[in-house]
Amino acid sequence: MIKTRVIPVLLLKDNGLVKTVKFKEPQYVGDPINSIRIFNEKEVDELVFLDINATPTKKEPDFDMIYRIAGEAFMPMAYGGGISTIEHIRKVFTLGIEKVIINSAAYDNYSLLKEAVSEYGSQSIVACIDCKKTLFGKYVLYAGGGKIKQKISINNHVKKLIESGIGEIIVNSIDRDGTQNGYDVDLISTISSNVSIPVVACGGASSIDDFASAVTDAGASAVAAGSMFVFKGKHRAVLINYPERHLIESKLI
Amino acid sequence: MIAIVDYGVGNLRSVENMLRKVGAECAISSDPDVIKHADKLILPGVGNFGQGMKKLRSKGLLDVLNWFALDVKRPVLGICLGAQILGNGSEEAEGPGLGWIDMQCKRFPYDLNVPVPHMSWNELKIVNESPLFPDNAVGARYYFVHSFYMECSNSKNIVANSHHGIDFTAVVQSNNIFGTQFHPEKSHRFGMDVLRAFDGLKGNYEEV
Repeated sequence: MIKTRVIPVLLLKDNGLVKTVKFKEPQYVGDPINSIRIFNEKEVDELVFLDINATPTKKEPDFDMIYRIAGEAFMPMAYGGGISTIEHIRKVFTLGIEKVIINSAAYDNYSLLKEAVSEYGSQSIVACIDCKKTLFGKYVLYAGGGKIKQKISINNHVKKLIESGIGEIIVNSIDRDGTQNGYDVDLISTISSNVSIPVVACGGASSIDDFASAVTDAGASAVAAGSMFVFKGKHRAVLINYPERHLIESKLI
Repeated sequence: MIAIVDYGVGNLRSVENMLRKVGAECAISSDPDVIKHADKLILPGVGNFGQGMKKLRSKGLLDVLNWFALDVKRPVLGICLGAQILGNGSEEAEGPGLGWIDMQCKRFPYDLNVPVPHMSWNELKIVNESPLFPDNAVGARYYFVHSFYMECSNSKNIVANSHHGIDFTAVVQSNNIFGTQFHPEKSHRFGMDVLRAFDGLKGNYEEV
């Protein structure tokens, strides 16, 4: 049995799905509801749905949209974007989402995570961190959709996230986002070697071999990707796709 | 009609969506009168054992649930936390569970070298026949998200096991009372089969 989850990450912006490159140049790739229906048919392991506009524009999560997407998903679904209060979290769960992802709000308010964990359990609360490599090879954290540089070091931030009791952490590389140049294995290993909760690798995947490398070389428990599941071929034609199960099983553990 | 018990612990709507998808009549409710008139109950659940029990108690649902499961013996299905609270208690929190099935919940040991929570698709090894799994489909997989697992005192209550570092009990049954540690409502067609089988259960159960 393959334990590694292979997770499409869908980015929502103004009611449509988009795909970014290095958190910029959002390109429209389709209708959210329709895409989720296709992913249902493909029996994907899980979906991550991120509203990339909510936090930067200081908007609340689009609960109506969340209601509609949750109604279509027969697989586990995690939602992130604009979550900054316990009321947001409660509302998202009642709409039919399994996991809530918190990124920017964590920096000012680790107690939000703690509160959410005590109410919904570790397994329902996911942290996402957006990381960028400096010229000197050091990793820096960003909030607000890759716009607001954080002072806290990755190690300290991850330590605080773990202390708050979260059940999973998505490690996203801003530099690799949308490039399909492979995962940042160093970044992911740094984190997975320090935590015992599942680490989800994100940013840069282009093939099942990349997935395998995230798991074997970087210690990820799950692999996430955007471009790979919405584009096909070198001209990046928009096409929702997901690898056949036997192909995943031939290379992953 | 299947009543999905609303005691304030998450994913009710996913359960409702999946039941509708398999053609089952259902309603989300926390009203004891509605629950009383249902043919079957689903106890969903995401979250903390103590919080779950506290909420059942504060919504005044314990009497009607006990009556439903133990007196009139209509089918009840607990999912994830809803399955765990069918037992006597859990290492996750102080205080008793519903006590309908003789079992305790334990945390996955820290020294297993596997990530906890167990958050993945996994397969089942059916060890006792159950109407929820009329045919053990080859390649069937189910979605698990949990840090605690059920440990039955009596092996006849174990329907299926799974494996995450250790073998653990994934499905339990005692007469009319069923519990799945995995989320059938999030397990594509494999979960649909389980919910369809639950919807198809007939009549009241007699004490075995």
